[in-house]
Amino acid sequence: MLKIGIPVFPGSNCDRDIYYVLTKIYNIKTEFIWHKKDKIKNYNAIVIPGGFSFGDRLRAGIIAAHSPIIKEVKRLGNDRVPVLGICNGFQILVESQLLPGSLIKNNCLNFTCKWTDLKVRNTDTPFTSKFKMNELFKIPIANGEGRYILNEAQLKEVKKKNQIVFSYHNDDPNGSIYSIAGVTNDKRNIVGMMPHPERTCQSELKLFGLTNSAMKIFESLIAYIKK
Amino acid sequence: MEILTPSELNYLKKKLKREPNVLEREIVGAQWSEHCSYKSSKKYIKLLTKKSESIIKGPGYDAGIIDIGNGDVITIHIESHNHPSAVEPYGGAATGVGGIIRDILSMGTMPIALLNALRFGHINSPYTSNDIKTSIGTKNELYSASRWLLKNVVRGIADYGNCIGIPTVGGEIEFDESFTNYCLVDVAAIGLGKRKDLIRNIIHKDDILILAGSSTGRDGIHGASFASKELAMENRSAVQIPDPFMEKLLMEVTKEAIEANILKAVKDLGGGGLSCCLSETSANLNKGFEIDLDKIHLKYRDMEPEEIMISESQERMLYITKKENFKSFAKILKKYEVPFALIGTVKNHKNLIINKNGKTIAKMSSHLIAYAPLLTRNSKKPKYIDDLKVTKKFVKLPPDLNKTFLSMLGNPTIACKNWVFQQFDHEIGLRTIIKPGITDCAVLKLNNNKFLAAKLDGNSKVCYQDPYQGTLTCLSEARANIITSGAHPIGIVDHLQFGNPENPEIFWTFKKSIEAMIDFSNFNKIPIVGGKVSFYNETKNGPIKPSPVIGMLGLIKGNVGISQINPTPDDTLYIIGTTSDDMGGSEYYEFLNGITGGFVPQLDLQLDLMNSNLILKIIKEQLVSRSHDCSKGGLAIALAEIAISSNCGLNIDLDKVPNTCKRLDFLLFAETPSRFIIGTKKEEKLEKEFSKYTNLTYSKIGKVTDYGDNITFISKNKKIINLEMKIAKKNFENLFHIMKNQ
Repeated sequence: MLKIGIPVFPGSNCDRDIYYVLTKIYNIKTEFIWHKKDKIKNYNAIVIPGGFSFGDRLRAGIIAAHSPIIKEVKRLGNDRVPVLGICNGFQILVESQLLPGSLIKNNCLNFTCKWTDLKVRNTDTPFTSKFKMNELFKIPIANGEGRYILNEAQLKEVKKKNQIVFSYHNDDPNGSIYSIAGVTNDKRNIVGMMPHPERTCQSELKLFGLTNSAMKIFESLIAYIKK
Repeated sequence: MEILTPSELNYLKKKLKREPNVLEREIVGAQWSEHCSYKSSKKYIKLLTKKSESIIKGPGYDAGIIDIGNGDVITIHIESHNHPSAVEPYGGAATGVGGIIRDILSMGTMPIALLNALRFGHINSPYTSNDIKTSIGTKNELYSASRWLLKNVVRGIADYGNCIGIPTVGGEIEFDESFTNYCLVDVAAIGLGKRKDLIRNIIHKDDILILAGSSTGRDGIHGASFASKELAMENRSAVQIPDPFMEKLLMEVTKEAIEANILKAVKDLGGGGLSCCLSETSANLNKGFEIDLDKIHLKYRDMEPEEIMISESQERMLYITKKENFKSFAKILKKYEVPFALIGTVKNHKNLIINKNGKTIAKMSSHLIAYAPLLTRNSKKPKYIDDLKVTKKFVKLPPDLNKTFLSMLGNPTIACKNWVFQQFDHEIGLRTIIKPGITDCAVLKLNNNKFLAAKLDGNSKVCYQDPYQGTLTCLSEARANIITSGAHPIGIVDHLQFGNPENPEIFWTFKKSIEAMIDFSNFNKIPIVGGKVSFYNETKNGPIKPSPVIGMLGLIKGNVGISQINPTPDDTLYIIGTTSDDMGGSEYYEFLNGITGGFVPQLDLQLDLMNSNLILKIIKEQLVSRSHDCSKGGLAIALAEIAISSNCGLNIDLDKVPNTCKRLDFLLFAETPSRFIIGTKKEEKLEKEFSKYTNLTYSKIGKVTDYGDNITFISKNKKIINLEMKIAKKNFENLFHIMKNQ
């Protein structure tokens, strides 16, 4: 039976939202995994939720990156198990060096919660196979430290290996380099993104007139693990 | 610092039949402060809440509980944190949020949404030169100070709510000169839970008291007493320090412990710290407590007993459980690494006993501590009230109404608040169906195909000139905001904020406000589920204007009406209600012309209810594409808001608007209550419905035009306002421009 794991840290706060989407909308067996667990098995995918793990102390994601569960996520990641990090989950993946780059304070210096347009830049990951290349879709963001940066060498590498998965379209709410909203590792099984696809899970939650295509991220994942 | 008045000290001595020691005086002093004891207002507050079928009452409940059927309950609580926010806006506002969240948790419900109502001095002005000198600084300096307060209050609320993961779904902001160098920060929290999970608050002898959360330190010492005085000097050490991460952990602990069914009583620590928490819980639950001060985890080892007892360190909760459940509760606390201590036991006597080093250092009846001797305050109608009925300044009819309209749109009280809302995570929890700033209120998804509408409203300008009518108008506006989403009102909460109650004129305005609450609640049969009072909101420049803030909750069963929030081109627009020249307290007079005075709007309760019921009916029958109330800024602003949110132009014939106004500018900007704008594609059916009412005033006033078209108002075949959408939007987004680079 397929099973997805949601690592939970003290201060995670989107864990229940992801759980709702995976269990109630897609009917997938899903389990919360407390951050102290140092041995996990039989997970077909891992979704690291948003929130303020350890209260964002020291730096967003840095303390969580050193917790026992992340060692296990690294092991699974090496074995090509799909791993998705959303918002604080992305920050944790970056701080764990499972993904390149850093996430720093938004250039407006404020926490920003609003809907924005994303463009799909890579359909060759477990989370984007259902999209068309360059497809545009609407999705909400909610972060204070979502400005993605890379140094020159990293940028060259990321571009060469085609690791940009999503970019902001027209309006970059964070001021990220190349308007990057989501990236993948070189094996393409780990994806981190700042926007929150789970918040588009029901038509009532959308701003009027929007389609549900952000949900293709989860649909792609489920199709991938069912294969 | 002696907190008790001489007569209170005498009363205490008489009751104790001995001299109270220093510690006992401090404990009683904290609890008998206005902030904790409500000694001036309690008699009146009691009149507000009456028995109602849907309201659940219980011992020691801080928040109001509403039964919404299917075993679900809604809890709501509102509180202000004005004094702390005025001196330390970030920490003051943040800890205000923390406090109400713990109140919701204490009931056994989980918070699902936060709202706020904020009041500041002006942050800009269209009508005076900014270099004008006042006794407290140039206008420019005052505006800049207000912007600093606004920026940091918003950030404090945002950082706390965002971190803990509760969506802040709505807010209301008013700017007025009386809040200069001060601010009002009202925060409300809404909780959702199961009736069967509500904390019972029934305790027995030998049950144990566990204090969990942050260590007790010297922060917030005398906070409650500080809030019970006029703001004379900056007292930052009395402001508490926020730690949303600890609060999030406490929330998870409480949730797990409720699920394990091991909590008998829960109480948060707020104003007055341990003193208030222990004495109130002990008195309300009719049991005694014996407390061992040595067990309490402290930030500093050398803290005096009185410092420990009155510290207002944040993020602390008191839990009472059966002795046998201590182990399983401790396991939950350890999982989240929350510091805790077993600080005492429940006794069959009714005293609060404090021990240290094996010796009793305080022993008093809990009832004596928890119930301060109530005061009888004098009241007298202020002289200014009659003086202000006539305006001495004449307002000239503006030659260019286009320009006037733009200034009104850019008035920070009216302008769109997205600069604020975007700093709040308003979507977390997957419940926020109607997001802040989109329509008149927030709508949250509950369970069983039910939805909750919520809104806070206030209007200090009208309340100053007529506290009775002003409070009624706030109530009417809050109800209007709720029903335009299709929700039936299910409860009211209030937070009544005034200056020094020892001043009879101020106390009179408080009593008038209470009268209005009672009259509205009785007439409309909407129960008041909870309320708070905050006095001594004064600076050296004088008291604030009377500022009752009204919160209203509404319930929608099935999602009829919720999606219909925007009209589309070619919709017909109607107005319900008559517009009159009641310009007193209006934004047009106050903000644009600098006038305080004039005839204030008078609420006709019967008419208000009839119009409201009609709106609910036509929404339910799906006859409308948008309904919107006319409030601050009047008809012109209400229509502009519809145009901007739908991105459609409008063509309005002002001669069609039912009115008794002498002038066009008054017709455009009067804030007469009980009026609604309706958009529809079903003219015939709607008019048929209207015709069933004999005394309904309504009129077809215009059309929605194409996307991006101009907003046009016509009178006598002349375009008196003709505005490009782009320019209207830019002015409406004025707050972004004002707050940029702050």
